[in-house]
Amino acid sequence: MKELSLNILDITQNSITARAKNILISLVENDDGWLTLTITDDGCGMSEETLRTVMDPFYTTRTTRKVGMGIPLLKLACEQTGGALNIVSKDEKNYPDEHGTTVCATFDTKHIDMTPVGDMISTIEVLLQGHPEVDYLYVHKTPRFNVEMDTKELRAVLGDISLGEPEILQWVRGFLGEQYDLSE
Amino acid sequence: MKSLAELAAIKAKMQDKVAMREGSGNVRVVVGMATCGIAAGARPVLSAFVEAVSAAGLSEKVTVTQTGCIGICQYEPVVEIFEDGKEKVTYVKMDADKAKRVVEEHIKGGKIVTDYVIGNK
Repeated sequence: MKELSLNILDITQNSITARAKNILISLVENDDGWLTLTITDDGCGMSEETLRTVMDPFYTTRTTRKVGMGIPLLKLACEQTGGALNIVSKDEKNYPDEHGTTVCATFDTKHIDMTPVGDMISTIEVLLQGHPEVDYLYVHKTPRFNVEMDTKELRAVLGDISLGEPEILQWVRGFLGEQYDLSE
Repeated sequence: MKSLAELAAIKAKMQDKVAMREGSGNVRVVVGMATCGIAAGARPVLSAFVEAVSAAGLSEKVTVTQTGCIGICQYEPVVEIFEDGKEKVTYVKMDADKAKRVVEEHIKGGKIVTDYVIGNK
C-alpha cells in the first residue's frame, strides 16, 4: 500500500465485517518519532484458533478466492521500520459482554522504509460513506498537532440525517482539514 | 472554524431534501473496496463518484455504495453500475478522472463509456 491510511481503511473494513458498532482509530506519535496505530472494535471477535491464523496470507474470510493480504500488508509496513504488529481478540461466544478485536501496530517514522501516513481524511470520509451507522472515534496526535473527531457528537446534532450524506461528508472533510491545518 | 452549530445549520437545510431522496434512486454505483481495490486506488475513485454525483445534482437518483472483492482483482479498481431494467455495466481499471467521465456521459448522458468497460481493454 502506498499510504498507511489505505492499510487503515482496509483493516477497519474487517471491523465492519465483524459487525462492530463502535470503532476507535488512533494514531499517536511520541517525541522519539515512534507511531502507534490502534484500531479497536466491539465486533464479534475471533477465537484463539482463528487469531493464530490471521497473520497468514493464506487465511481469509473472503469467499472470492483463497488469499487475504490485509493483515500481512500491515504487518509488513510496520516490521519494515523495526516495529511490530499485535492483535488481541475476544470472541462473542466466550466473552459475550466484552467481545471485540484490537489491532496494534508500531512504526519508527524516522526509518527510511516508513510508509507515509497519507490522506487520513479520505479514509475517514470513505468509512463514513460506506457505513454511516457505525460510530467512529478518530484520534491523531503528534508533538505537532492533535486531531480528534467523535461521530457520536455529530450524530447527536444530526438526529436521523445519515453521516453518509454528501453534504455531511463535505463538512467532515472541512472539520478534519481545519484541525490538521491549524496545528501544522 | 467548523463548528457543530454549523453542522446543525446544514442539517436544517437538508431535512426536506433527504426525505425526498429515500427510495427514489434507480441507479446504483458499486465500488469494490476490498484489499485488492484499495491497493489499486479505489479510494479516490469512490470519492470522485460521491463528489461528482452530488455536484451534478443526481443524489436523488443515484446511490453510491461500497462492496468487498468482486473477484477480478487484476482489473481493480472495479466499478459496477446497476440501473433498473438495464444490464449491469462493469468498468475496470478506474481512476478519479474516469469516474467523473462515467458520471457525466453514462449516468447523466445515458451513454456507456465503452473505453473503460471490461472486455474492451
